Amino acid sequence: MKSSLLEICYLFGSVTFIVGLKMMGNPKTARRGNLYGALGMVVAIFGTIFLFEKKDHAGNVDTAFVVPAMVYYLIFGAIALGTVIGWLTAKRVQMTKMPELVSMFNGMGGACAALIGLMEYQHNLDSTGALAAIIAGMVIGTVSFSGSVIAYLKLNGSMNKPIRLPQYNIINTIFMISLVIFGTWMVIAKPDNMAILYALFFAAVVYGILFTIPIGGADMPVVISLLNSFTGLAAAFGGFLYDNKIMLTGGILVGSAGTLLTLVMCKAMNRPLSNVIFGAFGASGASGEREMSGNIKDINVSDTAVLMNYSKKVVIVPGYGLAVAQAQHVIHELEMILEERGVSVKYAIHPVAGRMPGHMNVLLAESNVSYDKLVEMEDINPEFASTDVVLVVGANDVVNPAAHNDPASPIYGMPILDVENAAHIIVNKRSMNAGYAGIENELFFNPKTNMLFGDAKTVLTKLVAELKSL
Amino acid sequence: MESIINLISEHREMLYFVILSVFVGIEVIGGVPTVLHTPLMSGANAIHGVVIVGAIYVMLNIDPSNVFALVLGFLAVLLGTLNVVGGFVVTDRMLEMFKKK
Repeated sequence: MKSSLLEICYLFGSVTFIVGLKMMGNPKTARRGNLYGALGMVVAIFGTIFLFEKKDHAGNVDTAFVVPAMVYYLIFGAIALGTVIGWLTAKRVQMTKMPELVSMFNGMGGACAALIGLMEYQHNLDSTGALAAIIAGMVIGTVSFSGSVIAYLKLNGSMNKPIRLPQYNIINTIFMISLVIFGTWMVIAKPDNMAILYALFFAAVVYGILFTIPIGGADMPVVISLLNSFTGLAAAFGGFLYDNKIMLTGGILVGSAGTLLTLVMCKAMNRPLSNVIFGAFGASGASGEREMSGNIKDINVSDTAVLMNYSKKVVIVPGYGLAVAQAQHVIHELEMILEERGVSVKYAIHPVAGRMPGHMNVLLAESNVSYDKLVEMEDINPEFASTDVVLVVGANDVVNPAAHNDPASPIYGMPILDVENAAHIIVNKRSMNAGYAGIENELFFNPKTNMLFGDAKTVLTKLVAELKSL
Repeated sequence: MESIINLISEHREMLYFVILSVFVGIEVIGGVPTVLHTPLMSGANAIHGVVIVGAIYVMLNIDPSNVFALVLGFLAVLLGTLNVVGGFVVTDRMLEMFKKK
């Protein structure tokens, strides 16, 4: 009876996951979709705790088995502690730090899957199928865990240079193959020795680090999305192990959705996934060291204010620099003042601007920028020709014309925002440093371009003040 | 070889289930506007927190005299909860901002 009820709980949970994810694809229903998913999760978790029945291998219920009260205390203690920490962290984090946080939570899911594998191994030495699920889930979960930790460190700036061992591609590939062979051997040989299992665990930790460490900061969103689908896969292997339908649905859903999302992101950057993982970006051979010709022109805040004030149409191109400087509120203020003066203002959103696809949308939505002002790349590109002023705030690679006209450039072929077509281009940057791709930007040397140096928030605040006084 | 074929045949329902789920996953994501990619990734991140169900299973079947296993089990449930709660709350925060205009 209890088991049947539990199956119904799982059925309900699986449906909420599917419906919830589907609803998250539409801005109107997205929030409700997320809540549906959360509801299904709560039902699944408490169903598991209260409707548990121990079964033997034949599937008969062992009525004599009683779960000790202490175990329940521990479970509830862990859930209570996790809820408080998870809730507070998620509520308090700044919106700019969100990608790191997603990466961290993903790593925790991976670690959870890894621990399950470590604990279940010795109880399942008699079954090849179960052991295969355990080993696969543990290895994938562990790689996802250590990879996510590295991604977290890279995103928060503690580790911002890609570290490449000599011949890292060969080393990584050999390491991966050895890991697969090691795991397969354990499934076949079934050694009853925890030390060997721990060796596999540590090998997986090391592989996760080696896998992520050569990848540059600009590619971290792709990596997080990929690791996200890894954790989904690890959860699905748990579903195999326990013949648990909700772990299977949830895990595979995330696995396939995450993989697709990863590919969509790669497509937006016009790079195959293999390129992201095995490198090429900023690799020594690929950088076409073209001499940049022309001069860089400065512009000051008051001239910028005048220029914008007397324009008809201004397009703002936000990038990660805007997020770092926390300038999303000031830029909204700028937009409102200009609109009051009769200037049409739009935001041009490049799909991979910021650290994650949609990062800029989330950030600007935080400061109440209206939806219809955020225009996606394909729609805004034809409009640049009729634009008076383009204000680029902390964006670099997404407006680099090298993507169009320098076949030697590592970003050649990536779709970009064609800001060059506008009458005036003002670029706000902190310095002349290159963007994440580590390449020079010809746009800054364009005769139509003026550089407005300084921290985005400081400069924009001054600009707003200047505009008010006009 | 034979054992592999047997394994597949034994679990064929599961395999159907997996294949269909893969397609559902792809279908569900297809056509999502770029705007929603980050919240979607975050939402998917929360959903794979379902791995906590496995951690709870381990705990419920645990040998209570094995302190080391208890510690690992506690940790697993804790990490799973962080993934679930943190994931859903962050996603909600992101989507909340989309709502107000």
